[in-house]
Amino acid sequence: MTATSQPTSLPPGVGRSRRSGGFERTGIGTVALFVLPATLLLLVFLVFPMLFTIRLSLDRGLGGNLTRFVGLDNYINLFNDSTFIQAIVNNLLWIVFYVGLVLGLGLIVAVVAMRVRYEAIIKAIVFLPMAIAATALAVIWDFVYAPDSNIGLLNAIIAAFHGPLISWLGSPAFVNGSLIAVGIWGSTGFATVILSAALKSIPTEILEAARIDGANEFQIFRRIILPMVSLPMSVLAVTLVVNVIKLFDIPYVMTHGGPGTSSRVIAFQMYIQGFQAGQFGQAAAVAIVMLLIMIPIMAFNIRRFRSSAVV
Amino acid sequence: MGMNNAVAASAAQPAAGTPSARIVRFLGRTPVHITLGIIALIWLAPTVGLLVTSFRPRSDIQATGWWETITTLRFTLVNYQSVLDAQGMGRAFLNSIIISVPSTLLPLAICSLAAYGFSWLRFRFRDTIFLIVVALMMVPVQLGFIPLLQLFKPFHLTQGFLGIWLAHTAFALPFGTFLLRNFFITLPRDLVEAARIDGSSEIGIFRNIVVPLSVPAIAAYGIFQFLWVWNDLLMSLVFVGNNANYPMTIQLNNLLGQYGTEWHLLAAGAFLLMFAPLVVFFSLQRYFVQGLLAGSVK
Repeated sequence: MTATSQPTSLPPGVGRSRRSGGFERTGIGTVALFVLPATLLLLVFLVFPMLFTIRLSLDRGLGGNLTRFVGLDNYINLFNDSTFIQAIVNNLLWIVFYVGLVLGLGLIVAVVAMRVRYEAIIKAIVFLPMAIAATALAVIWDFVYAPDSNIGLLNAIIAAFHGPLISWLGSPAFVNGSLIAVGIWGSTGFATVILSAALKSIPTEILEAARIDGANEFQIFRRIILPMVSLPMSVLAVTLVVNVIKLFDIPYVMTHGGPGTSSRVIAFQMYIQGFQAGQFGQAAAVAIVMLLIMIPIMAFNIRRFRSSAVV
Repeated sequence: MGMNNAVAASAAQPAAGTPSARIVRFLGRTPVHITLGIIALIWLAPTVGLLVTSFRPRSDIQATGWWETITTLRFTLVNYQSVLDAQGMGRAFLNSIIISVPSTLLPLAICSLAAYGFSWLRFRFRDTIFLIVVALMMVPVQLGFIPLLQLFKPFHLTQGFLGIWLAHTAFALPFGTFLLRNFFITLPRDLVEAARIDGSSEIGIFRNIVVPLSVPAIAAYGIFQFLWVWNDLLMSLVFVGNNANYPMTIQLNNLLGQYGTEWHLLAAGAFLLMFAPLVVFFSLQRYFVQGLLAGSVK
């Protein structure tokens, strides 16, 4: 069929590619049909709220309304508030230990599992917690951490060796480490799956050649495997940092930020300040701080994935 | 895998295939097997412990650890029954479904349409608008909480399910559109152009060509979004204002607050919450892993 045989009275959006490689614009009605639902919803439920929250963070914000402009007071109060500083410090602890250990353990599991036939089973076992709600993870680990040595697995092990029982979630010294361990347990499988795929892309000839040349397993790991996974590792690290900034469920369910305020994190702080203390201006300021931390990280992420199909 | 191949292919070890050589090789790798055994144990024991506990009578749970179950093989379904009926998990299970299904289907439909628009239609400012949509991925949900509650209040949207549906849908749009658009643009251009020349409408091309060819991407995204909503606690805490509509995540958290040491209830409750994700995990593992990996950008 030749393009010129198209009747001229076609409805909009049809037969558009008649001329010059088809650079004609789509009819406005068709565009609206496809793009308008998303655009409108985003404007009303995301863009407008974002702008309102920015403004609210500069306001007393009684009852969530704009009541009195206070400039940067909310932000100044925030950084003079020891619980907020504590939350930031805890987020940093999470970033160092959660991100570091998830990457390290994920790589170890991937490298070791690669050597056996039941690799897929090991990967599935370690990946499984990714499917489970953080609320359920919290209950699973509350049980492991239970102070009673007849109930909690960890204290039962300690009791078997006649050691002093530990209040994993009740003592400020242990609580953050205990919560971070839950996070690590939940995310290691994710790192394993990604790094395992990267390892599979290393040509076997390279490994064979290295072995024939007398390289030991440690040298192979240092000189071949590590450089090959450094890029996926950095992408993973960014994703894990984003997880930490959004972290809410595990501390909320397991300790409610306690004992005292010792396990609070920034997303928890926003929720408490807004919905339990009713300080909506302050809560908005915390949300804006989260946005400011997020912008450079997500910009990096989006740039990485912009040109490639992710699925 | 690399090592297997290296050993099997190496001419220096001609006996690699014989049974005795296999045993030697197996023993030589004992540390590997032990390491993996410990890893498997660490990742299974906590979940298995709670699963076993969910079937043990309350009196047994209080008396002995779950690892001693082998000495007292008594199992019961009473825990599930009481958590479903008396503790409201049955109602919450239903609520989780009522919340999750529209919060998955709505973004799927809206994101697919938008993704098609941003990949195959031609209009002014197309790429600029798309870039803004993508940039909105940076916005943490926390920025929406207070204004959306104010917006929903006059219409009492948090009393029903509409508020949580809208909130989940809106916050799913930037990422969903981004993900599906990235897939749609990889489809062959000729296919779309040929359909246009044949006089097919854009909606026809979308429905008959683009969507059928994109089933893997749409399925992976759909599963990701479903699990995201099913497992969500925070959005429900904020946007579900009516106790009767609480999903399982909130209900389980409330159980933990009320009965922190009643492990027979908590264990059964936790496994009810895990039910849907585990079914998806074991039945659709391929899409599931893809969906979660893709979702990691979110």
